[in-house]
Amino acid sequence: MSDVIISFAKVNKWFGQFHVLRDIDLDVARGERIVICGPSGSGKSTLIRCINRLEEHQEGHLSVDGVELTDDVKAIEKVRREVGMVFQQFNLFPHLTVLENLTLAPTWVGKMPKKEAEERAMAQLERVRIAEQARKYPLQLSGGQQQRVAIARSLCLTPKIMLFDEPTSALDPEMIKEVLDVMIDLAGQGITMLCVTHEMGFARSVADRVIFMDQGQIIEQNSPTEFFANPRSDRTRDFLSKILSH
Amino acid sequence: MAAANAMRSLIAARPAPPRTAGSLSWLRRNLFADWKNTLATLLVVAVLVDWLPFVIEWGIVDAVLRPDNAACRALEHAAACWGVIAEKYRLILFGRFPFAEQWRPLVGMVMMVGLLAVSCLPRMWNRWLPVAWVVLFTCFFVLMRGGFAGLSFVETAQWGGLPLTLLLSTLGLGAAFPLSILIALGRRSHLPAVRAFCIGYVELIRGIPLISVLFMASFMFPLFMPPGKTPDVLLRVFVGITLFAAAYLAEAIRGGLQAIPKGQFEAADSLGLTYWQAQRKVVLPQALRMVIPSIMNSFISTFKDTSLVTIVSLYDLTGSLGLALNGDANWRQFYFEGYLFIGLIYWIGCFSMSRYSQWIERRLAADAV
Amino acid sequence: MASTEQQSPATPPASTGGTKTSRWRSRAFRGLAYQVILVVVVLLVGGYLAGNTLENMRVRGIQSGFGFFLQPAGFGIGESMIEYDSSEPYWKAFVVGLSNTLRVAVVGIVLTTLFGTLLGIGRLSRNFLLRTLCTAYVELFRNVPVLLQLLMWYFVLTDWLPDMSAALNPVTGFFLSKNGLSFPIPVWSAGHFATLLGLGGGIAAAWWHARRARHAFEISGAQWPVLWPAIGMLVAGTLIGWLVGGMPGAIDMPERGELNISGGGAVTPEFIAVTMGLTIYTAAFVAEIVRSGIQAVPRGQSEAANSLGLSRAQNLRLVLLPQAMRVIIPPVTNQYLNLTKNSSLAVAIGYPDLVSISNTTLNQTGRAVECILVMMTVYLVLSLLTAALTNWYNTRMAIKER
Ligand SMILES: Nc1ncnc2c1ncn2[C@@H]1O[C@H](COP(=O)(O)OP(=O)(O)OP(=O)(O)O)[C@@H](O)[C@H]1O
Ligand SMILES: [Mg+2]
Repeated sequence: MSDVIISFAKVNKWFGQFHVLRDIDLDVARGERIVICGPSGSGKSTLIRCINRLEEHQEGHLSVDGVELTDDVKAIEKVRREVGMVFQQFNLFPHLTVLENLTLAPTWVGKMPKKEAEERAMAQLERVRIAEQARKYPLQLSGGQQQRVAIARSLCLTPKIMLFDEPTSALDPEMIKEVLDVMIDLAGQGITMLCVTHEMGFARSVADRVIFMDQGQIIEQNSPTEFFANPRSDRTRDFLSKILSH
Repeated sequence: MAAANAMRSLIAARPAPPRTAGSLSWLRRNLFADWKNTLATLLVVAVLVDWLPFVIEWGIVDAVLRPDNAACRALEHAAACWGVIAEKYRLILFGRFPFAEQWRPLVGMVMMVGLLAVSCLPRMWNRWLPVAWVVLFTCFFVLMRGGFAGLSFVETAQWGGLPLTLLLSTLGLGAAFPLSILIALGRRSHLPAVRAFCIGYVELIRGIPLISVLFMASFMFPLFMPPGKTPDVLLRVFVGITLFAAAYLAEAIRGGLQAIPKGQFEAADSLGLTYWQAQRKVVLPQALRMVIPSIMNSFISTFKDTSLVTIVSLYDLTGSLGLALNGDANWRQFYFEGYLFIGLIYWIGCFSMSRYSQWIERRLAADAV
Repeated sequence: MASTEQQSPATPPASTGGTKTSRWRSRAFRGLAYQVILVVVVLLVGGYLAGNTLENMRVRGIQSGFGFFLQPAGFGIGESMIEYDSSEPYWKAFVVGLSNTLRVAVVGIVLTTLFGTLLGIGRLSRNFLLRTLCTAYVELFRNVPVLLQLLMWYFVLTDWLPDMSAALNPVTGFFLSKNGLSFPIPVWSAGHFATLLGLGGGIAAAWWHARRARHAFEISGAQWPVLWPAIGMLVAGTLIGWLVGGMPGAIDMPERGELNISGGGAVTPEFIAVTMGLTIYTAAFVAEIVRSGIQAVPRGQSEAANSLGLSRAQNLRLVLLPQAMRVIIPPVTNQYLNLTKNSSLAVAIGYPDLVSISNTTLNQTGRAVECILVMMTVYLVLSLLTAALTNWYNTRMAIKER
């Protein structure tokens, strides 16, 4: 199983006494694209935030690209360099220009010369079709532009895995498409992707696997065609009917 | 693989492992998370172990509570002499007010504190509250001054202690509040002369220390009056405090006015409200609500600031402590205990105001939803 | 008004006929009227007060004008950083007062910043005891009038400490008594010039090193250590200068005499009480500002920094602090100003600051108007300067938004 890049084995997590992740077993293959959906509060964000240890799990084993996540700071730093993350609220650094946002990690974490970092940053900005905004500050951009900058920023360290936590939920409808287009591009390039989203169109066209979560557990997982055509559990059916009804 | 995983029976929630929840884990996370944390804990504990017993012995166990001068002196500061409070509390609390008549400031003070407590309840915020305060201040004055119905006349120069502190802060703030609203509105006015005047006033006052305003009140105000007339010191100081507090309050209120969306003004205009109607019915209620914490901060500052009137020789709480101890060679050495005593009174006032401020903020935020 | 303009954009609104114009006119007129009334009232009140003042001064035989500032003051000043004796003119006394105010302000501001920052960070500590202790400190000291605190410290310093003859000697060279604190100071000699030069050289070297490190970082991404080498260079430069200067080693040690302490440097209990009291009081406010400034940075910022692989230190230095500083600095400057203004309370314990000098002058000469005016002007100028500085900082550092 050398091709498993992320592996959850009986992972459990609690917030205080609240059991938020329950016996999660999940293997993600290299290059696989996974969409995670489920009702609010079901633990989707917590699940993917465990992967780069923004949250720590308390039971079970979780390893990313062969590195087991424990309290070991070195291991965490190594994993974080290989995992890029995009947040719902963009979380760009407002005091830095777009370009500085992109070069921050490559220069400080990747120890890359500034010149090279800037060239690569510009290349990433081209990729998300926003190169002309490089000298502006994040808050001068629209939400869709900001989210594309955030994607470019997380790509600058050439991660092996990309995590998306509802990247389009804070956006106006007309901006959702520009962000999804960038994500679809990315999906075509063989990077491992885990994406929490309720954009079912995106799931259908891009995902290799759709995972449905409820109450901190993985209820059902399947290929998108199967998942949407034959949901097996009542909960999934219920959820899908709500989300696809409009 | 997907098919095998497709259906799973539900997993019931389990309690967190004791390692990560419960009091033991709390201790670990909050006191011994890593070596730095553990070191900090040990240091703090060491300091506490070193000092707490001393403080307790000094302040409680070995302290002398009786107003027994000889016993107090025998301590030689190795323990607190609370006897000084027992001996002098009337003088500290009521200043130079005639001894036999001190029930009058006491009654006045109790009434004031009562109304203060009532005013804290949002339920009571209606047009009768200002009226109640006016009535209260009138009663307070009449009671304190006396000179009728067998009550002896007591001039304002003899008022002192806690009632004076309370009077100066409540009356000063009461007068400063309407003034500050006018100034805050003026500072945002479209009329250049009005705006310039208000900006000048606020910046001038905020640029100088209160003590210089009080000096002005005590040395320059007499010169401002027609020859031969010198207004009462208390009145002069009261005017000084009011003018000073108004500038700070105005700034607090302006913060709220600024935070009101432009749409509110436009909506008020489109309803045909006049300027004053719009301010009174639409703008101010929202603005004041928004800045309750900073208004409360100004209140707390003013309450503390009244201690400065000591410097221009009024005997407020701080001043009357000096009055009580300065002249008495027997007790003078126990000033520290006296400072702690009145410090505690101020602290109770300020701390409860800041707690109240937090409470009311939460409460109003909950109401707004 | 807007609607009038829309109806007839070509003509100025004043010339369009009908009721709307008259309303516009009356509005403008009302505005003008308000302003005229305000100006007239201000002038009348000002004139009335000024008239009364002049009349009063005439009646009481008070002279006016600032000429008296050139006359000898005739009173001594307990402590001064500049040469002064009682035969010097009043203006010189005011300068001494101002220098004393600034001395308290500068020392107080430095100490408050250090102490307040530590407390503020302590309030956010993960350690429960530390957190609670810092919170207790803040709640205790900011809720008691600063004047009371000054008086209390002054009492403790002058009443509880022993007489000079029995001064405490906690560390060699330091004596603490009712008369203040004595401490050793180096004696100035020509050799110290070399020491200073050495220090200058050290600073230059450190600066040069920092520049090169930055350059290297940009060229190759290499992160050279900067802080420790720079400190090393400072120390080494100073040391070399001192060696070259012939190792001047004379130190003026305070010594215990029969009745008093002689030699060394000394600060009075008044100075200690004012500085300590103001520091302890203001630090509580600064701590709150620091805490809320750090908390004002959204959690997402740290999460983003972490997910990019930045270390804790890098996160603090590159992401959190630059944003927190923008929130912290304006209110902290305000606290600096408060500290400076509160230093006027020194008058209550007899520290000769600007306010107590003008108070003394006022009592001696009766020139209330002039003395109070000078005092207010000085504070006003200090405040306006600070405000200008803060504004400049705010516009420079403002986070750019649409
Ligand atoms: N830091 C935290 N402390 C305590 N409880 C938390 C914390 N973060 C999340 N939770 C709780 O854990 C549960 C799962 O949260 P999570 O954010 O993973 O849900 P989600 O599936 O992402 O929901 P959403 O669709 O609303 O984002 C929620 O009930 C939430 O209230
Ligand atoms: Mg979520």
